[in-house]
Amino acid sequence: MAGLLAKERIIAEPGFNRWLVPPAALAIHLSIGMAYGFSVFWLPLSRAIGITQSAPGDWKISTLGWMFTLFFVFLGSSAAVFGRWVEREGPRKAGFAAAFCWGGGFFLSALGVYLHQIWLLWLGSGVIGGCGLGLGYISPVSTLIKWFPDRRGMATGMAIAGFGGGAMIGSPLADILMRHYATPTSVGVWETFVTMGAIYFVAMMCGAFGYRLPPDGWRPAGWSPPAQQSAMITTRQVHVSRAWQTPQFWCLFTVLWMNVSAGIGVIGMASPMLQEVFGGKLIGVPGALKDLVGDQRTQVATIGAGFAALISLFNIIGRVFWASLSDYIGRKPTYYIFFMLGFILYCSAPFAGKIGSVPLFVSIFCVILTMYGGGFATIPAYLADMFGTRHVGAIHGRVLLAWSAAGVLGPVLVNYIREYQIGHGVPAAQAYNTTMYVLAGLLVVGWIANFAVKPVADRYYMTEQELEAERRLAHEAATMKP
Amino acid sequence: MKTATPNDAWHPRRGSWVAVAIAWTLVGIPLAWGIYRTLRTALKIF
Repeated sequence: MAGLLAKERIIAEPGFNRWLVPPAALAIHLSIGMAYGFSVFWLPLSRAIGITQSAPGDWKISTLGWMFTLFFVFLGSSAAVFGRWVEREGPRKAGFAAAFCWGGGFFLSALGVYLHQIWLLWLGSGVIGGCGLGLGYISPVSTLIKWFPDRRGMATGMAIAGFGGGAMIGSPLADILMRHYATPTSVGVWETFVTMGAIYFVAMMCGAFGYRLPPDGWRPAGWSPPAQQSAMITTRQVHVSRAWQTPQFWCLFTVLWMNVSAGIGVIGMASPMLQEVFGGKLIGVPGALKDLVGDQRTQVATIGAGFAALISLFNIIGRVFWASLSDYIGRKPTYYIFFMLGFILYCSAPFAGKIGSVPLFVSIFCVILTMYGGGFATIPAYLADMFGTRHVGAIHGRVLLAWSAAGVLGPVLVNYIREYQIGHGVPAAQAYNTTMYVLAGLLVVGWIANFAVKPVADRYYMTEQELEAERRLAHEAATMKP
Repeated sequence: MKTATPNDAWHPRRGSWVAVAIAWTLVGIPLAWGIYRTLRTALKIF
């Protein structure tokens, strides 16, 4: 079995079609992307005992919500810790391990629901599943960059778009399954977890076994690196253990951290924000949200849910669009656009609310979300440009800790500022204005960090001797394995 | 680890495009279904 998963085993034969690799990566990313859609389980789980309504002993939604924190903390941590292992052992073994963690996490969570033990859910989906997220997320990155040296951004953008799109498939599927399995004595969640765990396990295994690596130094037929290479794209290699000592690593860490913090803040509050800012105007009646009654509130909530769905779609579109565009205009200019255009848009959102223009407000956030997704999708190519392709998977894994940090900073900032303002008598409809200006401030920090990104100094690059020693070690490892 | 030679810059085998089409269809169908469901929800804004 170890041989079947070995890195040396998956080196492609001549004639292999590189366009087979992105669907393999998508199979894994679409599966783990369900992490974004887990909130679909909260309401049924909050009445797992009472079935029709919450009963004593039922879990609170706030308790279940901790799952998101676990997801993103363990995603970032495992990507950072296992990044080198993934790079050394190859994408198939990483995808295989990710399938066991993510699928197995669902099975353990099913047991947790069945026995009504919340710690089993946290351990299963949160901790073990979170490690599967990290391993699965970084598993195709360096492989795709090596297969598509001519279109690094587009290749990683396609895979990472899958992570954004996973919830679009998983959430409605979970909803259908829960309704199918629901009985007078069960809300149908544990059965849904078992079914989805099995589906994701199979899909991820297909993805893992679909991975192929190009031979060392492979390039697409008819393509050769530009003779006049930009100073911002290196042809040399920085070792992962040296990369984090460079200022460039921390600048790019800050770039991702700020871009994601601002975006996460918006994602978390999108639906209530639209409802509170526009209130009855959304359904053509006068009055603020608090003045609406019964059916009116339901209609406004439905529109809020529609808004959340729309921005999730733009999040995915942005991943492919911006990452592909970065292949033509460069990574640094792409992030300049994110930060400058983002700054203008965040600052314009309160104006759109003030003049009562729903289309303008919605459009602003759709564009913002494309740049949130684009930030995720473009960072692997940016890292490959700065540090070379050899250790980019491991370096990307470490940079993803910025995601964990953003998962804390973004929501805390947004919620704290909003509550502080409401506590000081600011009407709910205007409580988001200051938040928008603070998020715009984060983008200024990101712009400065991006401005500070310069080519890596010579002393950090691997020497020819170090590269040769690494190749020799890899060759010895390959010949020793059965 | 294999080292590339100029011959490694290969053109894909002609038949491999069938496999590419199948692989993309397999991931494309659920993705298209997810996008359709999302759009249906999103259209409630308008």
